[in-house]
Amino acid sequence: MNSPVDQAALARRFNPRGTWTLFQKEVRRFLSVIGQTVLAPVITAVLYLLVFQHVLEDRVNVYPGVGYTAFLIPGLVMMSIIQNAFANTSSSLTQSKIMGNLVFLLFAPLSAAEIFVAFVAAAIVRATCVAAALYAVGWLFIPLPLQAPLAAIAMLILSAACLAVLGLIAGILAQKFDHLAAFQNFFIMPFSFLSGVFYSIHSLPEFWEHASRFNPFFYMIDGFRYGFFGVADAPISHSVGVVILFFVLLSGVALQMLRTGYKIRS
Amino acid sequence: MTQAIRVEGVEKRYGALHALKGVSFGIEQGEYFGLLGPNGAGKSTLINITAGLVRASGGHVSVMGHDVVGAFRPARQSLGVVPQEIVYDPFFSVRDILRIQAGYFGCGREAWPWIEELLERLDLTDKCEASIRQLSGGMKRRVLIAQALVHRPPVVILDEPTAGVDVELRRTLWEFTRELHAAGHTIVLTTHYLEEAEALCERIAIMDHGELKALEKTGDFLARHPFRFLRLSIDGPGTVPPAIERLVCARDNDELELRLTRGQDSVADVLDGLRDAGFRVTDVHTREPSLEDIFVELTGDSDE
Ligand SMILES: Nc1ncnc2c1ncn2[C@@H]1O[C@H](COP(=O)(O)OP(=O)(O)O)[C@@H](O)[C@H]1O
Ligand SMILES: [Mg+2]
Repeated sequence: MNSPVDQAALARRFNPRGTWTLFQKEVRRFLSVIGQTVLAPVITAVLYLLVFQHVLEDRVNVYPGVGYTAFLIPGLVMMSIIQNAFANTSSSLTQSKIMGNLVFLLFAPLSAAEIFVAFVAAAIVRATCVAAALYAVGWLFIPLPLQAPLAAIAMLILSAACLAVLGLIAGILAQKFDHLAAFQNFFIMPFSFLSGVFYSIHSLPEFWEHASRFNPFFYMIDGFRYGFFGVADAPISHSVGVVILFFVLLSGVALQMLRTGYKIRS
Repeated sequence: MTQAIRVEGVEKRYGALHALKGVSFGIEQGEYFGLLGPNGAGKSTLINITAGLVRASGGHVSVMGHDVVGAFRPARQSLGVVPQEIVYDPFFSVRDILRIQAGYFGCGREAWPWIEELLERLDLTDKCEASIRQLSGGMKRRVLIAQALVHRPPVVILDEPTAGVDVELRRTLWEFTRELHAAGHTIVLTTHYLEEAEALCERIAIMDHGELKALEKTGDFLARHPFRFLRLSIDGPGTVPPAIERLVCARDNDELELRLTRGQDSVADVLDGLRDAGFRVTDVHTREPSLEDIFVELTGDSDE
């Protein structure tokens, strides 16, 4: 049952098949509980939509010619992207740490960058599934053709990537699910709520309008909204730039953690 | 020839705890090697450093000549580890788990027939579609072994694979590791069952408190410890004379166990001494030392 040592495998400098396998495994993981990972977020967002459209449709008019429900949809889609990209990486990592099966990944000849790419890409796939499903359901409320589809897609991918990386960092740091829940409740939720999902920051008092400009999530939502309406609170180039910068910073931290094995390789 | 595993001056500190205090040794290719020692000796820590799960605080480990940190890809490609704890990914079936693990090591469909063979050999074929959650402890242990072998590593480490496993499965696992060894794999086994190491291993290292206490061929081990045991059933009213009393290592009512050093303490002297003290010896039984006895001697304490 022995075989000569695979010299090609020994000399390999990259492990694309290993990376692809990890990516596929992460995608299958969320698909196997699709009710929780895709369906539930869509239902939550639709409930928000129903409630807020009912209460606010007649009262708020954010941009000329854009009704409140239309305004709300991109915000809700982006909020779901944010929460689900974060949840995918963080819960997978924390769970395999707690269950102990992370060792099977750590035994493998995969570099920090390869692990990073696989996890982040799978989270982007989940965020895209949720976004697409929600967009389709939103169409039943108001058909919303994309005015700048490239901007919308870029913001989708960049924002999902940012949150996936943030989820990796949180997953590395968390010792139990309580820690993740705390991170989600005290950081992700407030920052995404306060970033203009339900309102335009121009309608805020001056102080809060300025404060919002330091919230990277604001740019994710604003830039995404630009993709729908061709107008937004900040210039699209700013939004793209800020989110890329945020991604680069977070990736630096996450890669360094993975490389040194912080809290993973004790 | 390159050593299968080379451990050089390896240290590990967990805060104030000095778990490994500079351990060095080598394991040759094709060896069946036993790593023994009481709980907390540092065996798993050393294995985990070799596998890349734990970073050493000092020193180096290489697998088939590849440094486990600097050349982690070929080092990990050459190594299969069966972890001490039973751990698994609850989302997947047994077969999927093995295919995924093979994928991590860069093996695709070409590895599938080998995976089927492993399932067959480890008696898991019936359960290969089942979620691993539904398997018994012993079966999960076998899945762990299959997982360590998916990429056909030349070096295989099993960290207490038989702990808490029933006798029959223990026997099956012994047989399986013997076959792997016969097929040319280097096997490293840690175990609490000394008779297991005695029966399987060609060489044995004994660790205690983060240090290497001994490293020898199994046979030499037994030969180099020149003592044997004499078990006596006695009756009579006397007191055991001090010269004999100092040899007693266990006592149970009318039974005495004495530890005799070869060429120094003679059985005849003991029997004469007891008779002179007024005892009648009703039964005599001698026993060669087992690894367990040597282990106790080297580590100064039994394994708790
Ligand atoms: N992650 C850890 N943090 C702190 N101490 C640890 C850790 N892992 C092991 N130890 C300690 O290191 C020592 C060696 O443990 P281990 O290598 O598991 O021993 P063995 O496998 O020989 O039973 C023990 O005292 C153990 O408590
Ligand atoms: Mg151990």
